[in-house]
Amino acid sequence: MRLGRRFVIAVPTLWLLLFFMVPFLVVLKISLAEPRIAIPPYSPLWEWVNGSLKFNINLENYSYMWEDSLYLNAYLSSIKIAAIATLLTLLAGYPMAYYIARSPEPRRSILLLLVVLPFWTSFLLRVYAWIGILKTNGILNAVLLWAGIIDEPLVIMQTDVAVYIGIVYTYLPFLILPLYANLVKLDDTLLEASRDLGASRMSSFFRITLPLSMPGIIAGSMLVFIPVLGEYVIPALLGGPDTLMIGKVLWNEYFSNRDWPVASAVAIVMLVIMMIPIMILRRAQARGAEI
Amino acid sequence: MSEHILAAETKPWVKGTDRPFVRIKGITKMFGDLAAVKDVSLDIYRGELFCLLGGSGCGKSTLLRMLAGFETPTGGAIEIDGQDMTGVPANMRPTNMMFQSYALFPHMSVEKNVAYGLRREGVPKGEAMQRTADMLGLVKLDGFARRKPHQLSGGQQQRVALARALVKQPKLLLLDEPLGALDKKLREETQFELIRIQEELGVTFIVVTHDQEEAMTLSTRIGVMDAGRIVQVGEPREIYETPNSRFVADFIGSVNIFDGEVDVAAPDLMRVNTSEGPVMCEPVAGLTARQKLHIAVRPERIRLSRTPLEAANTMQGVVTEVAYMGNLSVYRVQLPNGQCLKVTAANGLHEDNPITWDETVHIGWSAAACRVLVK
Repeated sequence: MRLGRRFVIAVPTLWLLLFFMVPFLVVLKISLAEPRIAIPPYSPLWEWVNGSLKFNINLENYSYMWEDSLYLNAYLSSIKIAAIATLLTLLAGYPMAYYIARSPEPRRSILLLLVVLPFWTSFLLRVYAWIGILKTNGILNAVLLWAGIIDEPLVIMQTDVAVYIGIVYTYLPFLILPLYANLVKLDDTLLEASRDLGASRMSSFFRITLPLSMPGIIAGSMLVFIPVLGEYVIPALLGGPDTLMIGKVLWNEYFSNRDWPVASAVAIVMLVIMMIPIMILRRAQARGAEI
Repeated sequence: MSEHILAAETKPWVKGTDRPFVRIKGITKMFGDLAAVKDVSLDIYRGELFCLLGGSGCGKSTLLRMLAGFETPTGGAIEIDGQDMTGVPANMRPTNMMFQSYALFPHMSVEKNVAYGLRREGVPKGEAMQRTADMLGLVKLDGFARRKPHQLSGGQQQRVALARALVKQPKLLLLDEPLGALDKKLREETQFELIRIQEELGVTFIVVTHDQEEAMTLSTRIGVMDAGRIVQVGEPREIYETPNSRFVADFIGSVNIFDGEVDVAAPDLMRVNTSEGPVMCEPVAGLTARQKLHIAVRPERIRLSRTPLEAANTMQGVVTEVAYMGNLSVYRVQLPNGQCLKVTAANGLHEDNPITWDETVHIGWSAAACRVLVK
């Protein structure tokens, strides 16, 4: 029995150790190395020189990130884009989650299925599909021109707007599902009590439903904010040269500059930044459990 | 005699000249094809503590929810204090409700829960807090203002719910199984607490309950409901002593029922043939010979003895069960033709040789103890 229980815990522990901890330590190690034109393209962390062990710990990669404003700007821009995108996703997702949670049972299951349905096709394919919709001679412009709403095609592709559209579309289910799970638990009689005590529907929503769904809002928002912070594919495909995100910078450092140590330092700093929202999430969950 | 007149004057439903405070006029509620409430009409007077009593699914909660404005009647109208409530939303009605689950807002302190209704009404913060504090005093919860609902016991939560529903001084307070979630001892204490508060504030209460004992203790009048209809309305004593149907007699308290048919309807005494032989009752007008009816006899109206009894109705039977309840004992007596009667007898002090299992006993009851029920 006890052996079985240990085995159950051992599997995910081993998994995390092998596929998270070890790669993380490798990245950390590379971030402390010097770039070299060699294979692999960085200096080893320790060397045997004349029979003595010599450590080469190089913190220049980190200080370099301070010196070149590109990195700081990329971080700030990523945070800004992630924050705005999270807010937009929330504005789009909250009414959907609310509607699904309030729907009667057979319809509710169908709606939930529809929310997760996009996952059945490749993420990359769906982002490419957005290019087809948003580009200058794409579907959206064609429809708007045909309907006479606009006179000349809108330039959406390769702007931040396209990036936001892509992010909101892609990450919506991650926000809807935890929010739905929260809202579906909301006791209807609380709203009736609020109405009975003289509150309008609007007031009841802002004073009862919204505060009680806060744990769901925070959980859903973090599930969007955290991955969007490091998002690469959407800004690379839909964004333009002006769209500055840390994921793109990281890619360039690795593959264009082949500067693995700086790229690793960028990745480590990003991980540290992400710890903040994760801690917020944990605290919110602890508070949610209390209620 | 003068006492009687006084009593009638404090009972507007007896006097019949006051304008009813709540008028329910032919209310029907359909859920799809199912009628939850069928053509209910009811007048309730100011200051009453009216109980809607019935089993689960009898429509009593639906009726209460229509009064609160959570459900729209399919037909009929509700009038509160002379105002027609049709089309008036829940938040505009002069009613407040205490929910069975209490429905306290979990993210707000006790104080904020109670002040919620006042603040939505636009009462200034200072005044709202003062009235909240007063109300918490009334329900004996001073010192709990800052707690969250989950930090309170069930009884305390119940009192917060009551305070929250009363603080707006509603004309009509609706209570859905207000004591349902409390344990027996606390429930009995709270019953009297509820009556005290109701008398102190003079608010009209309508209480929904499935607990007949609760209804008997609390109410000025009881409306017994069955399958969406009101089957009898009356004071607790009236409902208990003179039920108008087999259902009410059976639902309120325990009762022995004989099924039979009229044999001879003499002017002074009526004989009814039952499976256990003839039963003598007081005559009821409008009955014909051979008419099928039920006779209800309360267990405490039947006397039990080892020696033959002098009574209009006497039978012999065997005691099959004895339950000692402290103040009284409940006996189950099997009659020769198989029917079992429930008989209760008060327990005297130091009874040396109480009647026990398997004894053959004489039982007897008067003609007046029989309640003749046609329905």
